[in-house]
Formats: sequence, structure tokens, C-alpha cells
Amino acid sequence: MALARDLLYGPHRETYRPHREIWDEGNGVAYALQQLINGISLGMIYGLIAVGYTMVYGIIGMINFAHGDVFMVGAFIALISIIMLVAGGGMEGMAAILIVLLLSMAICALYGWTVERIAYRPLRGSFRLAPLISAIGMSIVLQNYVQIAQGARVKPLNPVLPGGIELHRAEGFVVQFSYMQMLIIAATLLVLGVFTWLVTATPLGRAMRACEQDRKMAALLGIDTDRTISLTFVIGAALAAVAGTMYLLRYGVIDFYIGFLAGVKAFTAAVLGGIGSLPGAVLGGLLIGLIETFWSAYFSVQYKDVAAFSILVLTLIFLPTGLLGRAEVEKV
Amino acid sequence: MSGSAAEPSPRIVRALREAGLAALVAIGLFAPIVGLRSDVAPNGSLYLRERWDDVAILVALAFGLRFLAVLLALHRPPRTASGRWEEPLRRAGQVLGPLLLAFVVLLPFIPSFGRYELDLGILVLTYVMLGWGLNIVVGLAGLLDLGYVAFYAVGAYSYALLATTFGFSFWICLPLAGFLSAFAGVLLGFPVLRLRGDYLAIVTLAFGEIIRVILINWASFTGGPNGITGIPRPSFFGLPFSAGGGPGSFADFFGLEPSPLHRVIFLYYLILALALLTNWVSMRIRRQPLGRAWEAMREDEIACRSLGINITTTKLTAFAMGAMFAGIAGSFFATRQGFISPESFTFIESAIILAIVVLGGMGSQVGIAIAAAVMIGGFEVFRDLQEWRMLVFGIAMVVIMVLRPRGLVSSRTPTVALAERRVIAGSLVGEGHG
Repeated sequence: MALARDLLYGPHRETYRPHREIWDEGNGVAYALQQLINGISLGMIYGLIAVGYTMVYGIIGMINFAHGDVFMVGAFIALISIIMLVAGGGMEGMAAILIVLLLSMAICALYGWTVERIAYRPLRGSFRLAPLISAIGMSIVLQNYVQIAQGARVKPLNPVLPGGIELHRAEGFVVQFSYMQMLIIAATLLVLGVFTWLVTATPLGRAMRACEQDRKMAALLGIDTDRTISLTFVIGAALAAVAGTMYLLRYGVIDFYIGFLAGVKAFTAAVLGGIGSLPGAVLGGLLIGLIETFWSAYFSVQYKDVAAFSILVLTLIFLPTGLLGRAEVEKV
Repeated sequence: MSGSAAEPSPRIVRALREAGLAALVAIGLFAPIVGLRSDVAPNGSLYLRERWDDVAILVALAFGLRFLAVLLALHRPPRTASGRWEEPLRRAGQVLGPLLLAFVVLLPFIPSFGRYELDLGILVLTYVMLGWGLNIVVGLAGLLDLGYVAFYAVGAYSYALLATTFGFSFWICLPLAGFLSAFAGVLLGFPVLRLRGDYLAIVTLAFGEIIRVILINWASFTGGPNGITGIPRPSFFGLPFSAGGGPGSFADFFGLEPSPLHRVIFLYYLILALALLTNWVSMRIRRQPLGRAWEAMREDEIACRSLGINITTTKLTAFAMGAMFAGIAGSFFATRQGFISPESFTFIESAIILAIVVLGGMGSQVGIAIAAAVMIGGFEVFRDLQEWRMLVFGIAMVVIMVLRPRGLVSSRTPTVALAERRVIAGSLVGEGHG
């Protein structure tokens, strides 16, 4: 919860260090294990968002600034459908989560398509700053649109999937691998598996890779580049919706502003992994999630954003292509 | 989607079909987010409130807009290359510049203008100054900076801390704040020397956020989220402005009726002078070797390096110069507000300043001034609309970019030319590319 809270509000409203006293009591390994689990599940969420950034950057060479906000929209759609299903329809457990996930992905994909159609497609071939400004504008629009439509108040959601497996119990401290974290990791792996198949083994994936390498040439060879780019946005938005849903289910509180920080961090993850590289994005996401979690656990919650951003700066200085940037041949 | 001639169906039918599609999409978009509002019940649980009438309005709006857009787009002959506006606009700019300047100088003496108009003028001029400052980095040197507000913050905090801790006067702090900000600019510049384009943008954004997080968390130094209060207000070269008059005050010295307006008018002229200084310096530097090096670096870094231009110093001076003006503007902001907190230096500010520069057309100082006036003025005029105005602001950003991607003034005048200086299209220069 603490993590979610300062992911939401930024670190300045954080007034305590979670678990600090437990760590001091000498349960070092158990504490670290718990942080590892937390870090991986957070990193998976970042990874899912990062894939969207890296795909769009790979294919049209722009930072889709509104992507973080599409993630936020996904979280809101998930929230609304959960209230509808669980409170209204009396559904529970995995079936409900599956429907919520699909709904969120579908509507978010529509958002991704619309954003591309309205704000980016008319600017294709324009000078480089234009789509960037347009994307920043779109990000402002989405944030304020959700704020007006859904209110500025934080939405707290009761756990949909409570409980978990106790991995280790020491005096006063339990290492728990919650069902929700398992779900996040399983769902992320599943989604990424499907996505990898889509990119490597389908005509659409081939078209995407072709556009990434040389858009003009791809167009000359009969690939509908506009359609391919649209679908890239749609897929990216659907992945962001998965991330948004997982975020909501895991942390239980969302508001209209969660997209910005999550977006910047996911972009950091994409850069860290090597922009354009899909496994790199997931790897980068995991690293950022782990670094952030461990940094908050052992050093200071307040400066955990600084940690994430410093990693970004350091990566770009010493490893401009990212971890898997050049070595990875296959890109989208 | 595009209006191909192969389609035999009449325009209206086609427009109707497109509009119907748009309406369908709009239903998908708005039904969950607008139609079902999640609210927190008194007992803490969430429930949904249905608002289908709003969805209906939005869907109708989407239908109508798309219908009109398709209909008009089909009727309108394909527009030839731009240039329709450029020549008249440029000529107007030559007249408009001095006229605008005269208006701005005389603004405090316009009878019906009171406190509100002056405050608005100060705000707009602050953004004009920031826009001109950022234009050095983005427009001249071609370095995309998304964290410009960090230097604004450094300037504001420099002044606030120097003034409240050591009791330095505003006129000592102003150059110091500019110097410290320039130093911060160099500090940022060093690690990002090798970066270009979007990478540079994201690193500068990260830098801006780092500065903000430090301001928030280093509470013993910066006051944390509460900020710094009681920042000394400026004096007229030692003569304080006090509403009650009294011996030694500004009004007393000049034998004027004491009025709270004096300080506002002074602040207005102060920021006007600072903004004009920014303009003057950047216009002068453009023609000097340093400015030419900036523009050459913007167009082609490798060619530049081959010709013996030191890219390191060229980039660092651009960052430092841009940051210095942001710092000066920041210390003005601090003295004007009397209170600063990290809330004022969020990413959105950087985005607004960059938007002003891009919307104004980066080649034109007048364009940037107009863009600042339109955006900030418009933003303030719609203050009553609360959260809606930010939405409108975002929509405006997207719409203006889609309609005029090169900004209001999309022609550029080369700084140096062989025979005669001719206006060229904005697409021929590499602003914001590096």
C-alpha cells in the first residue's frame, strides 16, 4: 500500500518508512525476499507499459507522451467494470477479473486508436516537435477528461483477490506471495507470450517489424503503414490496459494523475532495456521495479523517484543503446 | 478514410457514414468513463452513478463534428503549399512588433486598466520571457528541453534563500540567481552532451523532476512542500513600496499619493525590462560567432564539428544562457509572489513554456510573444471554468498543432545570408531536432 500511495501522490506525502523497524530487527533475508516479490510484481506492470512506449518509438520514432495516461484510463475502466460486476452483478474471483481485463483492454484499445487518429496521424511527416507537443496536449486532455468525468477524489477499492501463500514466517514478519502478485506475474507473462507470438509469427507482426525498419520501403511493398501504426497503438494501449487493471487490483487506489509518474518510469524502463527492443522493455521494467522497491525499502522512500530518474540519466550516458538495444536483432 | 475519388457515393452519404462511425467510436469511448461515474459512498464503498444524457451529448457532438469535418474537407479544394499567410504575416510582424511594444509600455496608463489587468500583464510577460529564454535552447541551438522549469525553480529558490537567509537585496540576488541557474544549466548540460532528440527531451524531463523531488524532500534547506514564505518584496532601488506611504517610502520620495498599485506597476516594468533584455541579448547573440555556432550545430552537428566548432562549449553555452534567463525570471517570480513552493514548478509548466515556443513559431520573437499572450491570457480569462480550462488548454494544444504544426509564424529568416536575406519555410530548418 505504501508503494502505491507514493506512486500516486509522489513521495512528499509519505511520512514513514514501511517495514523499516522490521528490517532492523534482523529478519534481513525474509525482508529482502518480500521486497523481491514486491519488486517483481511492480516491475511487471512497468514492463507492460514500457512495451507500449518501445513499440511506438520503434515504429514512428516519437515518445507517445499520452501512453501513461492511457494506462490510467485502463485502470479507471477496470475500476468501473469491477464495481459493475462485483457490486452489481455479484460475480467473484477469477471469472470477474478475466471479464474486467477484457473489457478494459477493449475500451483502452479504442482510446489508443482514437488518440493516434486525432493527435498523431495528421502530423505524420511533420517536423519532429509537432507530434511531441500534440502528445503532451493529449496527455493533458486525457488527465483532465478523466478528472472531470470521474472526479478528482482517490478511488479506494476493496481487495478483489485477497490472501496469498505464506512463504516464510519469522517472529512478527511474514513473507507473503499474494494471489494478486501471482496473478500479475502470470497474466503479464501470458500477455507478453501472446504478444511475442503476434509480433514474430503473424502477418501483422511482420508488417510492424517492416514499418519499424523502413516505413517508406514497407509502404512501397504494399503494407498499409497507417493501418499498421494504428494497430501498434491499439496493441500498446491494450497492454497498458492490462497494466492498469493489474495496478488497480494490486494497489487498490487510483486517481487521474497516476499516469504521469508511471509513464515516465515506464519510459525509463524502455530506455534502460534499449528502446525498440521488446524483451528489453520487460527487462527494463523489472529492473526499475526492483530498484525502486529496494531503494524505498533500504534507503529512502522520499528519493525513490530520484533513484529511477538517475538510472535513466546514467543509462543514457554510459549505455546509450540500453541493455538489449543493439544486441537484440528483432525489434518492433 | 481518405477522400478518394474512386468512391461514387455522394458527399453527404459519405459524410454521414463517417460521422456514424465516429459516433460509434464515441459511444465506446464515453459510455464507461463519462456514463458511469464511480463515487465513494459515505460508508467507504464505491458505487456507480449513471449519466447517459452526458454521453448522448458527447456522441452527438462527435457525430456532428465528424460530419462537418468530412463535408468541409471534401468541399475544400486541396490547399496548395503554405505561403498564403507567410508574407503578409511577416510584413505585419514588422509593424506589429513596435506597435505591440508601444502598447505594452503604455499599458499601465490605460485608464480603465486596474490591478487585475496589470497582474495578468505581469504573468503574460513572465511567460514571454521564459519563452524567449527557452527559444535560445530549442529554437536556436535545437536542443529539446522538457525540464526548463527546473532552472526557473533554481532561480526562484536562489533568490528566496539568499534573500531570506542573508538578507541580500533583490538587485544583488537577480544576477546571482541568474548565475546559479546558468551553473545548473551547465551541470545538466555535461551529462547530456552526447544525447539527441527525444533522449535529450526525456533526460531533461527527468532532471526537472529530480530538482522538484529534491525541493520537496530537502525540507531543512528548501522548506519542503510548504515552500518558502516571507520572501522580501522588491524595492525601488532601496525605496520600499508601502501602501501607507510614510517617510522613506517610494510614494513619499517622489511626492506621490501612496497607492498599492505602485508596486504592481513597478513589477510590471521590471518584468518588461527583463523580457526585453532577454530578447535583446538573444537577438544580438544570434549574429555573433556563438549564435551562428548554435544555429550551425542545430542544422548539422557533424558538419559543425568538422569545421572546428567546439560542440561541447556550444551546447553548454546554449544551456547556460537559456537557464540563466529562466533563473532571472524565477527570481522575479519569487519576489512577485512573496511565496514559493515546489507546486509551482511541475512538469506541466515546462510543457506550457515549450508549447508557447513551438506554437509561436520558433523563428519569430513576436510569434512567441503572441503565443504567450494568447495561451496564458486565454488560460486566465477562463479561470472560472476551473478544471475545464485545463481540458480546453490541452485540446487547444492538439488542435493548433494539427492545423499549424510550424506554429503561428511558420517562416524563418536566416540570420546570415550571402546576398539578400529571404524568408524561408520553417520546414527547412532543424529546430528541436538535436
